[in-house]
Amino acid sequence: MREDENRYETVIGLEVHLQLKANTKAFCGCSTLFGQKPNSQTCPVCLGFPGSLPVLNEEAFYSAVKVALALNCKIQDLIKFDRKNYYYPDLPKNFQISQYDMPLSYDGAIYITSGPEKGRKKIRIKRVHLEEDAGKLLHPEGANYSLVDYNRAGIPLLEIVTEPDINSPQEAYDYLTRLKAILEYLKVSDCDMEKGSLRCDANISIRVAGTDKLGTKVELKNMNTFKGVRLALEYEAKRQIALVEEGEKITQETRLWDAEKSLTTPMRTKEEAMDYRYFPEPDLVPFQVDKAVIEKIRRELPELPEAKAKRFSSEYGLSEYDANVITGQLEMADYFEECAKIYQNRKTIANWLMGDITAYLNAENLTIKQIGLSPSDLVGLFNMIDEGTISGKMAKEVLIEAMKKGIKPAEIVERRGLSQISDTAALERVVDAVLARNEKSVDDYRKGKKNALTYLIGQVMKDTNGTANPALVNVILKRRLGD
Amino acid sequence: MAELFSLTGHDLLRRIERGEVASSSILDSVFARIDRVDTKVNAVVKVNRQQSDIAPKTGRLAGIPVLVKDNICVKGEETTCSSRILEGFRPPYDATVVKKLKDEGALLIGKANMDEFAFGSSCETSCYGPTRNPWDLERIPGGSSGGSAAAVAADETIMALGSDTGGSIRQPAALCGVVGLKPTYGRVSRYGLIAFASSLDQIGPITKDVEDAALLLGVIAGYDEMDSTSVDVPVPDYTRSLQKDVKGLRIGVPREYFVKGIDPEVEEAVRRGIEVLKELGAKVSEIHLPHTEYAVSTYYIIGPAEASSNLARFDGVQYGYRDKDADNIIDMYVRTRSKGFGAEAKRRILLGTYCLSSGYYDAYYLKALKVRTKIKEDFDEAFRSCDCIITPTSPTPAFKIGEKTGDPLSMYLSDVYTIPANLAGLPAISVPCGFSSEGLPIGLQIMAKPFDEETIFRVAYTFEQATDWHKRKPML
Repeated sequence: MREDENRYETVIGLEVHLQLKANTKAFCGCSTLFGQKPNSQTCPVCLGFPGSLPVLNEEAFYSAVKVALALNCKIQDLIKFDRKNYYYPDLPKNFQISQYDMPLSYDGAIYITSGPEKGRKKIRIKRVHLEEDAGKLLHPEGANYSLVDYNRAGIPLLEIVTEPDINSPQEAYDYLTRLKAILEYLKVSDCDMEKGSLRCDANISIRVAGTDKLGTKVELKNMNTFKGVRLALEYEAKRQIALVEEGEKITQETRLWDAEKSLTTPMRTKEEAMDYRYFPEPDLVPFQVDKAVIEKIRRELPELPEAKAKRFSSEYGLSEYDANVITGQLEMADYFEECAKIYQNRKTIANWLMGDITAYLNAENLTIKQIGLSPSDLVGLFNMIDEGTISGKMAKEVLIEAMKKGIKPAEIVERRGLSQISDTAALERVVDAVLARNEKSVDDYRKGKKNALTYLIGQVMKDTNGTANPALVNVILKRRLGD
Repeated sequence: MAELFSLTGHDLLRRIERGEVASSSILDSVFARIDRVDTKVNAVVKVNRQQSDIAPKTGRLAGIPVLVKDNICVKGEETTCSSRILEGFRPPYDATVVKKLKDEGALLIGKANMDEFAFGSSCETSCYGPTRNPWDLERIPGGSSGGSAAAVAADETIMALGSDTGGSIRQPAALCGVVGLKPTYGRVSRYGLIAFASSLDQIGPITKDVEDAALLLGVIAGYDEMDSTSVDVPVPDYTRSLQKDVKGLRIGVPREYFVKGIDPEVEEAVRRGIEVLKELGAKVSEIHLPHTEYAVSTYYIIGPAEASSNLARFDGVQYGYRDKDADNIIDMYVRTRSKGFGAEAKRRILLGTYCLSSGYYDAYYLKALKVRTKIKEDFDEAFRSCDCIITPTSPTPAFKIGEKTGDPLSMYLSDVYTIPANLAGLPAISVPCGFSSEGLPIGLQIMAKPFDEETIFRVAYTFEQATDWHKRKPML
């Protein structure tokens, strides 16, 4: 970062679109399964056929309420839908059923932690509202036509909008990660950006640090990963700072992130922005939500990441940072707890999970459930270390192989004959042989060259293909050398 | 014996029950009548001669021919709203009312002509050409359900369904001398009715007499889980409301409905009609509906606003007409919609789009919603002191074809008495109450509280039994 960039502060607000997991679409009875034959999951309602009418899917509505409550939002007393009018061939009715002036919920907040040294930061949620997804356009290569697949049309979509409380691309990344964790805990969405079940647009502006007035904002679209969001924001912040430094004005516009070229390009300016002509959806009657039902949903919310992290700290003695990381993914948290039930050294569990295992999962783009290593397998590995059957170094190798091949660690140790030789008599024979052929080193050691011992240990390890228990070798050697 | 086509539904049902007539001979009679007179009237746009054998032999309307307005979806039958833009559109499903008719054994004999997308009061904006008034072929039948009303008047069907957004059932019923009922908003499912203005539209019966209207409403009414705006109120047996008894009934006559613009012959016929009920024991008093004068303006904001959005889906992408010469998607939209919609449809889409536009929403749409509430409150207040309200249905009898097409505003004013019931969601019926000196039918409108169709039927039936206007038939 250039020196003068520090003078500026970045102001970011994020808008997340989330496909809600529901058996049926938001306003009809069609299935929401992903990856089916084009237009096989449609009916007159989601195709917007003349005469068809929408009916709100209760399951989708209550799962929206669940998310809103988990994000600490208030729920609107009267639920009302609006029409957002615009023309696009993937939009069957040429209007989208959405919520405009009375979102389902509002005024929420979640907390992020951006690193071991940083504290919690509150990110306010401005609104969460329910709407319907559009279909998908397909452009066959070389064809002079486009095709439309309406399977996605009508799938319940939640729009989650933050206040401009995010002050760096990293914080944006952390917010998305935390939001995703919460949504995973709620089991309401796949949260898969690549499948499109979670999409994110960003509003970003810059201002001189310490000032209050917001700068001209730019909307960024077309980011396909959380990392992409961070990169796009980093690029855009630099671009805006450079413009201001050169005395130029920032145009209020929408820009598209180009992941291949790593830059943003203009899409449309404010003047070209659409007039959506929102008005109340007359086909859906506004309704009141039963307060008791909301309270019931609130009571039935699962333990969320923050609460779980707190519990992991107090119950298992994890540091705040470790607890946060471990609870950042539900699968990881559950895995940790399974291990903790049968293994007392919780710090060890956390270290291995956060270290080698996470590194492997990240490199292979896998989740802990996708590898064939059960919590009891992992604990088995810890036990082998504790009992001196294998060394810590050896255990790392075994772990990688176990994760790659899906074989139990014990089996690998067994099959490869990796268990440490802890049989004193057997080791004494090897040590004697080593001493016999290394008289010079023995002399050196006795004359005071202590590092000769390291050499001798190495020779013993070599003769045993690394399976000798190093601590035991040490003891035997010293005894033989007369220490 | 009278020709079968000229009889009412309830009469035919009794004859079928007694084994005097077969439904096949009713059908033959009606089809022959269509063949003989529809070249003159142009009320029926599609005739379905094949489907009779699959209809159940039992049910409340077993064997009775019903003609359906062309904006109500019938599975597999071309449904166009009399618009080029829906050319060739065959719905893959039945409207709820159609399903109910089929379940009760009614015979869906075809589709009735209408103003394009129900935009109009004269049936002149149809892509199939205008429907003519059976009482005077030089005149309009009213609209937008002009085809349904003219067909009933011309005996081309036994019963018909229309839809009413601002008077589209009642005004043509009045102008054609038949009975037309707009039910309470939410009484009949709108599922499968191609929407004009969703918050105002309602399907209802157009029949030869009040008893048939009660019979037909009983079949089509009721809550439908496919329509969130339908209301879960039990459907009474409306035929039990058909009693000759208005003693002590309080009738309100709004002062605001008898002002400048009303044809003196219409006023006289309606006042005479009110006298008939008074003589039968009803108590008549003048009432006040102060916001009446704003109804038409309010309606012409809310209606087009909703229509502009409802009609956005007609873009050539999935169904109906698509212009083949387009170069790109925008071009396709522009060409398809420019050629597919007629002038009145375009006028309303533009009007509605304008009213909803950023910067105008508050001044037009929002204000219209507020006035709509005021109009509703007028009625709430009025119904504290009366059981029903009686007014003219239309300020004039049928006008000449082409007379008002150049002057949309004067055309819009022909719905001045019918629009308030739509804005307030009230049930309202039009029954024949006389003829002009030129021999044109005049209608009387009866409005009641929401979901009080029973009072409407009682008053209408009493009036009908005391008069014989409904028995007159046009010469064709």
